[in-house]
Amino acid sequence: MSTVTNLVYLLAAVLFIFGLKNLSSPRTARRGNALAMLGMLLAIVITLFDKQILDFTHIIIGLIIGGAIGVYAAKTVQMTAMPQMVALFNGFGGAASALVAYAEYVRLSGPPGMDVLITMVLSVLIGTVTFFGSLVAFAKLQGIIRGAPIVLPLHHVVNGFLLLVALGLGGLFVFDAPQGAFLLAVVVASTMLGILSVIPIGGADMPVVISLLNSYSGMAAAATGFVLSNSVLIVSGALVGASGLILTEIMCKAMNRSLANVLFGAVGTDGGGAVAGERRPVTEYTPEDAAMVLESAQSIIIVPGYGLAVAQAQHVLHELATILMERGATVRYAIHPVAGRMPGHMNVLLAEANVPYDMIYDMDQINEDFQNTDVALVVGANDVINPAARYKKDSPLYGMPILNVDKARSVMIIKRSLSPGFAGVDNELFYDPKTMMVFGDAKKVLTELVHELKG
Amino acid sequence: MTASIIVSIYIFVLAIFVGFEVITKVPPLLHTPLMSGSNAISGITIVGALISAGAGHSGLSTVLGTLAVICATINVVGGFLVTDRMLEMFKPAKKGTSQP
Repeated sequence: MSTVTNLVYLLAAVLFIFGLKNLSSPRTARRGNALAMLGMLLAIVITLFDKQILDFTHIIIGLIIGGAIGVYAAKTVQMTAMPQMVALFNGFGGAASALVAYAEYVRLSGPPGMDVLITMVLSVLIGTVTFFGSLVAFAKLQGIIRGAPIVLPLHHVVNGFLLLVALGLGGLFVFDAPQGAFLLAVVVASTMLGILSVIPIGGADMPVVISLLNSYSGMAAAATGFVLSNSVLIVSGALVGASGLILTEIMCKAMNRSLANVLFGAVGTDGGGAVAGERRPVTEYTPEDAAMVLESAQSIIIVPGYGLAVAQAQHVLHELATILMERGATVRYAIHPVAGRMPGHMNVLLAEANVPYDMIYDMDQINEDFQNTDVALVVGANDVINPAARYKKDSPLYGMPILNVDKARSVMIIKRSLSPGFAGVDNELFYDPKTMMVFGDAKKVLTELVHELKG
Repeated sequence: MTASIIVSIYIFVLAIFVGFEVITKVPPLLHTPLMSGSNAISGITIVGALISAGAGHSGLSTVLGTLAVICATINVVGGFLVTDRMLEMFKPAKKGTSQP
């Protein structure tokens, strides 16, 4: 690698860091993304001048195919489908790292150093796990395979065994003989490991899984950087690895669960289960009655959840909020960190519906204000508002920080049925005398509310 | 252990610290764009992929390299574009206007 190439790589790494730094505020975030893009462009262009490249045919083919797929996917994906899109892109990043490491093995000339072999195995292993894990996450989020945990007998034993096999084969490859068969066997073992480690994880735990896979894709890139002794790969991989780890930790904290519990707990249902035990009376409101309640409310906090994304109701929700504001009410949005299927999922949906970001509050910013609020309007959220998390020690939700919706003067919940949330736990709040249940599809109910308030 | 791998490990560890410093400052509001944007950055493997695809060593390494270029380009192009699409939507409240 020439000095010029190395310096341009350094510049690219610096641009990546500045790009991420600019993401600390929504005002500068777009510029930050542009800086990172510029860094990537510089790194790609300078690489094309590398003397090792003799033939551009395959490069051009690859860039065209990949570019076309990337542009198409990015332009057409719906904001509600963002979690699976990110999972898929992530998987391709992991696959690329594994493929580069494998190609590097194929074109080895002369006996490589042990450090190269070790990082080669790691890159192939992590990259393959990332790719297949991400594919499973994509399939679950897209509804191709069911979202509920799929658990095999002795699942964790099998996974542990697979990891040992992959590492053992890698060890043979490094210390015994760098034969292709061993590396190929590592690929097979990591493929199974990638699939089997994500398949037992249920829908609402997806934010953790996606964050973790994000981190893996960074680690895979860094490992490939070690193989190629390429510092820009190492720096970028480390940045992404750190980012994914931070998000993973934030998500786990927001559910009060350890990473091990998320990965191995197989918690959850598909969210459609029947309510256990006898039916208790609830206070049911029609949209007309609900509209009258909202009409007289001075302060409203809206709590969106995954159900909002499913019903694609973000636009009509904000239409309702706008009408209420025009009538003089204070309206704010409260977002739980794990609402939706990936970190920040709800924020993106609301941004799409033109909700100004200064109307959107994080849990810590707004939780004290519920007690002074007339109506907490819950749309498609369940577990993140379940008061059982505070006191019911045997509940799977126990200890999870929740939005204090139950402290509001009254609570209005728009929901299709009384079915429990993802955790499969009944919600006390539904039966609280101050809770108004409005049954129906979120989009339909909100449209009726808008109609009532306009009329 | 060669000297270069030690230098690489230094770079790796220090970059992780930089990552932690920079990324803890990203507000939850922007966590999805952070994820898709950082995702695109991890597509930097493309520089390795370009060399594998273009070096013309053997049939297999060219095939693997070309596949790697495809995967990495999807990751890079798709990741950055979708991040830009999202970030474009984040707007503060304009005084005096409620909806466009």
